[in-house]
Amino acid sequence: MTLLASPAVRMGISISIATGLYGVSFGALSVTSGLNFWQTMALSMLLFSGGSQFAFIGVVAGGGSGIAAMSAATLLGMRNGIYGMQLNALLRPTGWRKYAAAQVTIDESTATSTGQTDPAEQRRGFWAAGIGIYVLWNLFTAVGALAGSALGDPKQWGLDGAAVAAFLGLLWPRLKGREPVAIAVVCAVATVLAVPVVPAGVPILVAAVVAAVIGWFSHGRSDEGLEPDVDPYRERHRHGGHGGQPGGSGQGGADHAAGSGTGAAE
Amino acid sequence: MNLWFWLLVACAAAYAWKLVGYFVPARLLENPRMSRVAGTMTIGLLASLTIVNTLANGQVLAADARLGALAAAGIALALRAPFLVVVLAGAGTAALLRILGWN
Repeated sequence: MTLLASPAVRMGISISIATGLYGVSFGALSVTSGLNFWQTMALSMLLFSGGSQFAFIGVVAGGGSGIAAMSAATLLGMRNGIYGMQLNALLRPTGWRKYAAAQVTIDESTATSTGQTDPAEQRRGFWAAGIGIYVLWNLFTAVGALAGSALGDPKQWGLDGAAVAAFLGLLWPRLKGREPVAIAVVCAVATVLAVPVVPAGVPILVAAVVAAVIGWFSHGRSDEGLEPDVDPYRERHRHGGHGGQPGGSGQGGADHAAGSGTGAAE
Repeated sequence: MNLWFWLLVACAAAYAWKLVGYFVPARLLENPRMSRVAGTMTIGLLASLTIVNTLANGQVLAADARLGALAAAGIALALRAPFLVVVLAGAGTAALLRILGWN
């Protein structure tokens, strides 16, 4: 019960519920993309990174090959390596905890942890969000997968529209300011140009290369695009009277603070 | 079986990325350029996935009910709706447009 007195643990639990719930949409979309129940569960249990999981099934749904799906998911997972580095410096896990921490290193657990200032709270926040999301995400993936396979014709239910909305929903929190919007537009245009000329799935990889080149040669926030899908500290600050700067990721803690005052898209 | 293979490769690669952060000396990765590429690539990939799922049918570009789903999701996000509501708005709009005869 004393654990529940910790603000970081409470934050971790609420973020777990918010994130876990949308595992339903992943599960349903995955089985309607052509994956079976256990393939869907393998992605949630083993891959466990929302954006990469949606990317994998998004490529498969579009008729892309397995290798293209794997490539898109893997490129999208690169940011987890950056989070791992931050968390390793912050929490200094040892022994088997390092391997366990790695598996639950995702946008939301990182954001929950780095949003705290006290080292003990950083540790509690990370584990509460990481384990909580892992359990609920897998549970709700299973629910979604079972419901999805009972739906019949996915198009009749607009599930292809649900996939579109899911990707826009994942992109949206990262469009803070003019620059990320410009990157998104350039990559969208590159995708449209690539679709008719290369096999399905490959346009996504073309866009990844374009984005990487932009990132390599331009100078901007080094944490651009590294915002969580569900910002754990957004709610609190929305109610906290920061009316002028709602939901800026600058509230997200030291690692998210740099230069995020330009929340134009907010 | 082929899909299983690439799926498991993707799982292994995802875990490898995560683990790299914990084992590679911070000095090597503490390069702002690497963080920046990881971030811009995340934006680029998600933008591309959004467009592909909206406009592509294999290698053919098409304007169909999915465009309505994109618009509905955009409106829901602008109104700060939670993720699940955004997804339902997209599905509902696409389904409704199909009933109205726009495929």
